[in-house]
This record gives sequence, C-alpha cells and structure tokens, in this order.
Amino acid sequence: MHFPISGATIDPLYLIGLGFIVGILGGFFGVGGSFLAGPVLFVLGLPMNFVVGTDLLHIVGKSMVAARKHIAMGNVDLRLAAIMVIGTISGSEAGVQAIEALKRAAKVDLVVGVATIVVLVAISLFIFIESWQALKLRGSRKPIADQTSQEKDKRAFKFIARWTHSLAWPPKLSLPHSGIKSISLWAILLVSFVSGIFSGFLGGGAGYIRMPSLVYLLGIPTHIAIGTDLFEIVVSAGYGSFRHAMNGNVDVMIALIMQTGAAVGAQIGALLTQYFNGPRIRMAFAPLPLIGAGLIIYGLKTGHHIH
Amino acid sequence: MSNWKAFLIELVLYTILLLVYFVIVLHYLGGWFKELYDHDRTLFAVVALLVMIGQTIGLQTVSSLLFRLISRKKT
Repeated sequence: MHFPISGATIDPLYLIGLGFIVGILGGFFGVGGSFLAGPVLFVLGLPMNFVVGTDLLHIVGKSMVAARKHIAMGNVDLRLAAIMVIGTISGSEAGVQAIEALKRAAKVDLVVGVATIVVLVAISLFIFIESWQALKLRGSRKPIADQTSQEKDKRAFKFIARWTHSLAWPPKLSLPHSGIKSISLWAILLVSFVSGIFSGFLGGGAGYIRMPSLVYLLGIPTHIAIGTDLFEIVVSAGYGSFRHAMNGNVDVMIALIMQTGAAVGAQIGALLTQYFNGPRIRMAFAPLPLIGAGLIIYGLKTGHHIH
Repeated sequence: MSNWKAFLIELVLYTILLLVYFVIVLHYLGGWFKELYDHDRTLFAVVALLVMIGQTIGLQTVSSLLFRLISRKKT
C-alpha cells in the first residue's frame, strides 16, 4: 500500500502486526513500545523524520487504550500523574530543543543513535539484575491471585526508594493510592522532567525510563507505575505528535493502521498483568530494549538515518 | 481461562469488522489527509490527533462490546 504523505510503500499487514505487538507491550509493561516500533518502521522503509512523528501519534491512541484499561483496574495514581504532567511536558520541550541544536551541528544521527543504544542496554541490564535479585528473595508461596499487592511486588534495591522518600526538600506530599506517606514534590518533578527529556530527545513515550524510575526511585508499586506511566505517555506523545504534525513529520494513515492492531494487543497486555507478579513482569521486560538497540546498530551500520 | 476463549472469539469478529473499516473508511481518508497535509498543516495536526483519538475510542468501544457480548453468551 502506498502512503502519499510520507511517500513510503508498506504492506498494511506489517503495520497491523507491529501495532498488535507493541500494543501487548504497552498493556503489559506500561511502555509505549517506541524502542521497538521506531526501529521497525525505519527498517520497513519510512524516512526517519516520519518514523519519530508517526510513532508518537500512534502511541497516543495505543497508550490511551491501555491507560483507560489501567484506570479501570485502579492502576493509575491520578495525583502523581497530574504532578508529573508539568515535568513531562517541560522535559519533552527541552529534549526537542536539544535535537534542534544537534541538527544545526549536523550531529543528530550519531549522537541520538549512540545515546539510544547506551540507554537501552543500561536499562536492560539494570532491570535484569534487579528482577533476578527480587525473584531470589524468599517470597509468598500463595497463588498469585491470593497474594496481597505487597507480596506480589517484592523488589530488590528498595534502599534507593527509601533514600528518595527521606529527602527533606519541601514541599512534601503524600500519595495514598501508591502507599507513600511522604515524598518531596521535587523528586517527582525531577523524574518526570528527565523522562520528558528522553521522550523529546530520543522519541517515543520514554516509558522505558519512566516506568523503572517510578518503581526504583520513587518506590511506586509496579502495577501502579505501569498505569501511571501510560497516562504520562498519552500526555508526552500527544504534545510531541502535535508538534511533529505541524512540522510535516506525521503520516497519519500509517499511525491509524498501526493503531487498529494495537487496540487488541493492549487489551491482551492489560489482561496478562493479572497473572504475573511485579518481578516476573520486570524480568520479562529486561531483554526487550536490547531488540531496539540491535535494530539501531543495524541501521547505523547499514547507513540508515536514526533521527 | 474462559476469558481467553472469549477473547479469541472477539479477535476473529474484530478482525472481520476491521477489514470492513479498513476498506471503506481508511481507503478514502488517504487522499483527503494528503490534501489537508499540503494546504493547512495546523489543521492537519489538529485533525490527525482528533481522528486518532476518535478511532481509539471507537475501536475500544467495539472491542469491549464484543467481549461483553461473548462473555454474557458463555455464562
């Protein structure tokens, strides 16, 4: 099928299939799936400027489906999400400006490509080590359905979240839905701002950095981190895709076709979270960023543009 | 695991509806979007977001309805 806006010719079945897979990832792990969708669209022949913009627009729809599912299941901390919106949007804008500066210096392909690979490999390693440690901890022997949320969500590296909670930067607030009695507003804004930078600078919703940050830095329970992260992805991707569409970097037809597959995938993903505990979800997520990193290395080696 | 059986039935019905939607709606939208893209980029950006959100909510409603109907029939 020919797409006149981007000038690309892509089999729509590939797009539906890709949407379906990243839909499952979104519903299950709480990530936008851009670490996979972007490189795949690039390999399918879409120019890189359209990859970034189109993937962002597709993420809006897909994440909205998954976020609504998670809101219904009580997995979104709305208070936390509302505060994070400020940091997410300002961070995203900072990331976009950094890209513009790199474009002027003609270094955008190499810098963004290498930065993406480093970030994806680091995240993958960290989550693998942490979830491996958490699975080794002696936990509840009850069936998952009978476990309390704390029993399900045992995790290693709890000292990081304890340290964050002990920060005495006023104002401090409570997040009852996440079971946090006191946390600095600045810690939340910092996490959302940094995730926003990643979203604007590397493209996508940046769930790969926001979701682990919510779990390990802020101490949010994994299931709520997934839902809240999806909520933030809707915000950051909505803002980013609007700006990219204005700059002519969005092929809306490709995004719409991908979204038809994602609508089903997201439901399967959200359903799956009920059958797995926190460490198992994180362990399953660990190798996924490496796939995106591999595709980017392939793109760089074969001379394709990354951004 | 009856949830999964219902889900598979939903998937088949959803695929059929999707094909109809794909042929009728998306096929004709392509040319219109290209016109908009060439002539008014701001309106294009607004419409692109609205259509994406509209399609998302529409598909979500259809798939949820199917899932509920199938689950009810099984019980």
